[in-house]
Amino acid sequence: MPAWIFVFIKSAILLFVVVTAFAYAMLAERKIMGWMQLRPGPNRVGPWGLMQPAADAAKLILKEDLAPRTADPLLYRLAPFISLLTAFSVYAVIPFGASPAGIWSIGNVNAGVLFLLAIMSLGVYGISLGGWASGSKYPLLGSVRSTAQMISYELSMGLSFAGVLLVAGTTSLDGIVHAQVGLWFFIPELVAFVIYVITAVAETNRAPFDLVEAETELVAGFHTEYSGLRFGLFFIAEYVNMLTISCIATLLFLGGWDAPFGWTALPGVAWFVVKVAAFMFFYMWLRATLPRIRYDRLMAFGWKVLLPVATLNVIVTAVVIAVRG
Amino acid sequence: MAEGKQLYNVGAILRGLSITFGFMFKKKPTIQYPSVRKQHAPRFHGLHELRRYEDGKERCIGCELCSSACPANAITVIGAENAPADRRSPGERYAARYEIDELRCIFCGMCEEACPTDAIVLTPRFEMSDFRRGSFVYAKDRLLVPPQGGTGAPPDERPGGIPADLGSVAEMKSTTDPATGYDATYYGAALKTERKGLTG
Repeated sequence: MPAWIFVFIKSAILLFVVVTAFAYAMLAERKIMGWMQLRPGPNRVGPWGLMQPAADAAKLILKEDLAPRTADPLLYRLAPFISLLTAFSVYAVIPFGASPAGIWSIGNVNAGVLFLLAIMSLGVYGISLGGWASGSKYPLLGSVRSTAQMISYELSMGLSFAGVLLVAGTTSLDGIVHAQVGLWFFIPELVAFVIYVITAVAETNRAPFDLVEAETELVAGFHTEYSGLRFGLFFIAEYVNMLTISCIATLLFLGGWDAPFGWTALPGVAWFVVKVAAFMFFYMWLRATLPRIRYDRLMAFGWKVLLPVATLNVIVTAVVIAVRG
Repeated sequence: MAEGKQLYNVGAILRGLSITFGFMFKKKPTIQYPSVRKQHAPRFHGLHELRRYEDGKERCIGCELCSSACPANAITVIGAENAPADRRSPGERYAARYEIDELRCIFCGMCEEACPTDAIVLTPRFEMSDFRRGSFVYAKDRLLVPPQGGTGAPPDERPGGIPADLGSVAEMKSTTDPATGYDATYYGAALKTERKGLTG
């Protein structure tokens, strides 16, 4: 059997798994937000509302696909696909379990972290092009904000990765997880972990950093003009990006598929899923708790606090490693 | 740097997170409405009903007092003489047409108070959703208790009853507890009704 068939089958399975995970992450968010706001959350479609994602999908598919007259016809239609494509292609290098034979990852790239950063940076194109191509003021404001926000927080995020890479001594995601066995990196690299969590929320444009959508001031931000399935694609991209960010947090800081305290009763993949789910819960928890930060404070925080601290962390880590040899 | 203090107040953020986490496990006050229904107040003002006597005759005598009392001008009554062969009500007249525009109605219950024969009462029914505004003009076909439907609940079947003297209004005091519904108590006549300016 040629290798590409194997990759193709794994990609198809992964696509299915990620889309399902998206659907239930969305349901989980609505449920958890509901509970935190003393509401039961969606519970009418199927038992405990478990069929709600299917109902939502049917609704979005059946809705009319509108485009404003002033919109750029090609880019307006292309932008959601750019978002979705970058969101999904990250999964090409993410390993989900210990894989000597490469079972649990599609491609085991030795520069996995760099690939992740590169593809995630492309995600801003979907948002900024979508907002610009809408030919309307609020999407434009949203996309300008997103570009500024994602670029400024990406620097600190990259620097938080650098600390981990220095400690692990490799850029392969597989290698980083192996280097964490015994001591997960969120303990020695606590500063980097905190910076990563903050920048991750900003990078995925989630509350309290959801300035890009900011419904109180920008209607719905960059996707104001989008409807139906194209809006759905942006929506999928946002949640898949959240999943990606949670996967990266798990791989770089929370020990990947390494079982804590040697509890190997659960297989590695299950531990991976548990950690990703915990991080996703944290995301939703944050959203239900914190109000949106004002835009100038967001920028000031990113440039004047996060970036210096992240730089300092890299320097200190490098010095400590150099001194200890 | 006064504004910075709030932004970097990690303690406040952690406290907020603990509060929302605690709220997740609190009992939700939601009532799953169509399947679970809240107990309504005993004197809840809902959809109107035109009652009948035991023998099936209509109570309404077409006097139009309800229409005059209505502050929202929601009631239209056109009375007619009873034909001796086919008496619709025990009195001389009956309501040939009786219409209430439920969209105009403010459910105050003045019609009920004004009615000399206790013909018009407010029932606790409140689910009146419809697709057209015209559908909210309820005529006798929907207001009148059907011939086999008994007499309809009299307005007196209430805790404390209504004051025998219809010229005075009872001061109502109610305690609200969503779990057990409402408990209305009658504390005796306190106010004299003023009907000034309320012309039909």
